[in-house]
Amino acid sequence: MSSTPKPKIRHPKSSENSLRLSLRDYEGAMSTLCAGCGHDSVTAAIIRAAFELEIPPHRVAKMSGIGCSSKTPTYFLGAAHGINAIHGRMPSVATGANAANRDLYYIGVSGDGDSLSIGLGQFAHVIRRNLNMLYILDNNGVYGLTKGQFSASADPGSKLKKGEENPFEAIDPVLVAFAVGATFVARSFSGDKDQLVPLLKAGLQHQGLAFIDVISPCVTFNDHETSTKSYLRTRENVHEIVHTDYITPAGEIVANYEPGTARTVTLHDGSRVVLRKIDEDYDPGDPIRAQTVIRERRRDGEILTGLLYINEDAPDMHGLMKTVDDPLVDVPYEKLHPGSGGLKKIQRALR
Amino acid sequence: MAQEDGSIHWSNKSGEKGINDLVIRIATPNGSGSASANTLLYKSIFRMGIPVSAKNIFPSNIQGLPTWFEVRANGDGHTARSPQVDVLAAMNPRTMKDDFAAVNPDGYFLYDSTRPLPQDLIREDINVVPVPLTDISVEAFPDPKVRILMKNITYVGALAALLNIDLEVIRVLLVETYGKKQHLIDANLHAVNLAHQWVRDNTPCPLPIHLEPIDATEEHILIDGNTAAALGCLYAGATVAGWYPITPATSIIDAFHHLCDQYRKEPGTEKNRVCIVQAEDEMAAVGIALGAGWNGARAFTPTSGPGLSLMAEFIGFGYHAEIPFVVFDVQRAGPSTGMPTRTQQADIMTAAYASHGDTKHIVLFPSDPEECFYFSVAAFDLAERFQTPVLVLSDLDIGVNQWMCPTLEWDDSYRPDRGKVLGREELEQMKAFYRYVDTDGDGICYRTVPGVHPKGAFFTRGTSHNQYGQYSERGEDYVENIDRIRRKVYRARTHVPPPITRTQDRTSTFGVLSVGGCDLAVREGLERLAEEGFPLDYMRIRAFPFGPEVEKFIATHSHVIVVEQNRDAQLRSLLILETQAGKDKLSSVLNYGGMPLDAESVVDGIRERLSQRGMYELYTETQNPSPQIIGK
Repeated sequence: MSSTPKPKIRHPKSSENSLRLSLRDYEGAMSTLCAGCGHDSVTAAIIRAAFELEIPPHRVAKMSGIGCSSKTPTYFLGAAHGINAIHGRMPSVATGANAANRDLYYIGVSGDGDSLSIGLGQFAHVIRRNLNMLYILDNNGVYGLTKGQFSASADPGSKLKKGEENPFEAIDPVLVAFAVGATFVARSFSGDKDQLVPLLKAGLQHQGLAFIDVISPCVTFNDHETSTKSYLRTRENVHEIVHTDYITPAGEIVANYEPGTARTVTLHDGSRVVLRKIDEDYDPGDPIRAQTVIRERRRDGEILTGLLYINEDAPDMHGLMKTVDDPLVDVPYEKLHPGSGGLKKIQRALR
Repeated sequence: MAQEDGSIHWSNKSGEKGINDLVIRIATPNGSGSASANTLLYKSIFRMGIPVSAKNIFPSNIQGLPTWFEVRANGDGHTARSPQVDVLAAMNPRTMKDDFAAVNPDGYFLYDSTRPLPQDLIREDINVVPVPLTDISVEAFPDPKVRILMKNITYVGALAALLNIDLEVIRVLLVETYGKKQHLIDANLHAVNLAHQWVRDNTPCPLPIHLEPIDATEEHILIDGNTAAALGCLYAGATVAGWYPITPATSIIDAFHHLCDQYRKEPGTEKNRVCIVQAEDEMAAVGIALGAGWNGARAFTPTSGPGLSLMAEFIGFGYHAEIPFVVFDVQRAGPSTGMPTRTQQADIMTAAYASHGDTKHIVLFPSDPEECFYFSVAAFDLAERFQTPVLVLSDLDIGVNQWMCPTLEWDDSYRPDRGKVLGREELEQMKAFYRYVDTDGDGICYRTVPGVHPKGAFFTRGTSHNQYGQYSERGEDYVENIDRIRRKVYRARTHVPPPITRTQDRTSTFGVLSVGGCDLAVREGLERLAEEGFPLDYMRIRAFPFGPEVEKFIATHSHVIVVEQNRDAQLRSLLILETQAGKDKLSSVLNYGGMPLDAESVVDGIRERLSQRGMYELYTETQNPSPQIIGK
């Protein structure tokens, strides 16, 4: 079995962006995931976000690990380099890649198996470094490729198809992200494209690590009645607590927000996100309170979505490490060593 | 020894041995601040023109456990470790009994006579040298804080008097070390001079074994292998490093950091032309190197055995997906945590075949810091030329101890060998780009770097793929690809540093093969054997895959003794697996107790191998050896 390229047929009426690229130019190979998989909706949203942001596809690096979600980078941005690393270690590869070239867009796609079990350490540490990347976690509560074992995000009491019940506490990646100092924390639902696309766009333009936990149901192994991450249960329990509008640098804020309900954050490239509070008790600018509210609502079975927190002022890894503004891959070799004269000088101290 | 009349006469039956041929061992508790005193000692010997090495025998501990520092000075340039202690400075009461027992017959035991020597320490065959070091430092430094710092310096003064170390050389070194901190220079000099004077006033000086200035260290430096490897990374143009703390590899990063602070700052902004990332573990450290290599940077990670085990999966990924990066493995004694502060060469097999599946890697084996420098540059070139991870296997002894090496040279015409990387223009001209098509028939395909051109995009994966870079589980695709990778890495055997061979004037039927940090001890041992009438050909392997020279060396000798520092004869195993050599043709001399190999062990081991299985008889027929070996 090899991957199937998607035929590039452009609908005559399909629009182009300023790069003269159509939405189809942001697609990748045909998905080999199960029909109805939530991940394919996430892929579609990524395609839409990149198209609308008018990102040259080859300036994107797609990073993933192992698992169903990690296969999806093949299905979007076919003109972008991608790397399907080893299980749970996408964040370190992304760190090295970004260290080498800070000028590319980095889109990492991972899953709950990849990020919350084998890769929990790397997940936490890449957030800690505030690596400038978009980190999407397609969260379905099961290991799909190995045929339906519980993952670490499975809720206690959730049942497998054959009835086995998960006794363990679930790891909520959003709370982990908060705990390790994330500068952009969002949650969404693969079935809510209207919410997901602006979040992805904001995440792509955020200077630092933008984490989006996307509840993305597994139609084959975890979409049954006793699952807590089925389409039905998710739809019943999601509650958008912060509504996010993404405004391009040139765009105007047209919506009317009631005074005191909205906060505008200007992103690195001049674009803005307008965060509109839905519930009075939630403030996306207060990470401490936010965590408490998320925890409380989670206890009540509610899945809060939206851009839950953003801090655009924190330096990313390059800022923290004070690396040069140019990508390191572009620094000429001559500037990387002090030559034979320098070597002589260095060795004077070695006698 | 003290005579009945109170005068002191040194017993020195060893006659000739004495001038510029001695081993000093200093016993101290760990963390007592002896490093600067020891540095002063070995550097002053080096400045007197006498070849020297300095080894820190340290525990896995921060404070309190015993530490020994060994300095070997040898006018003939033999600076491998020698367990024959000629002068022992006993600064650690806890180990005094063992230290007392360790001194060579006719050797010297220097102790702090402020407290009496324990009564059970009695030996007729050594010389005891009492020096009241504490009393001297109490007198010199009333402030207890300063006194603690300076006490170690007093033994340098005492040894200087006993061994004829030039006080002016010591003074110059102190001035260079402390620069403008005149009070430190003065305090150190005061301590040295007081002890020196006391010893001169109370003891016959110098000892029969002592040092005389010669001229054998010109155009040489003293350096440790980790610093040299870091220098190599600087000059190779490495811009990304991922690392996780581990003994004894961390000092590669320390040195690299230090060098980058000096030479990788952008003028004006003072921003870094390097990104050194401390990772969460070794898997992430190597992942960072791999990610940077994939993205077009020269990247590396330093580690030691346990880290190498953890990195295996990524190394296999790099092999299969053909991504260049460099791993430095400063080997320590395994398995598991093993002896973290003791040396071994026990990662040879792990490195050569790191990861599951069919993998075989390019591995370089530096023998000293000089080669750590040149091989690290070579490693980056090889990694990019062959698009694969390259491992540099040094060891704890090379990595953290002080070696005398020829001054490092740099050719300013050097440019990194980036291998087959397609640029924007080339991609623009191409109709289509496919990552794994063997266009040139050498197994090395053209690669692209992200962000350069839309046509260059492809999906890098550890899963099997066809020549177009597409995921494929077709057996034919898999075999074609994995066979090409094997050919590619095998091709590297003529591009890696070739082995170094020392053949004897007359054809020697027996050969000795060795690797890495064994070299000095093997050469010294073979010199002794040659003096005894047993000249043996010697080849030092410097890389894997083995070049044709290795095959030839084994083929042209009737028997080959492989000297290495691990229990399981890993180099020998690798030779049996990867050359035509038959098992019976290779025997082993092994050293794996954790201490660096010494010439005595080499000589004893080779003699034993020759004697075993009747081989010495064959040897006597062909080599006409000197009589002392016959019947041994």
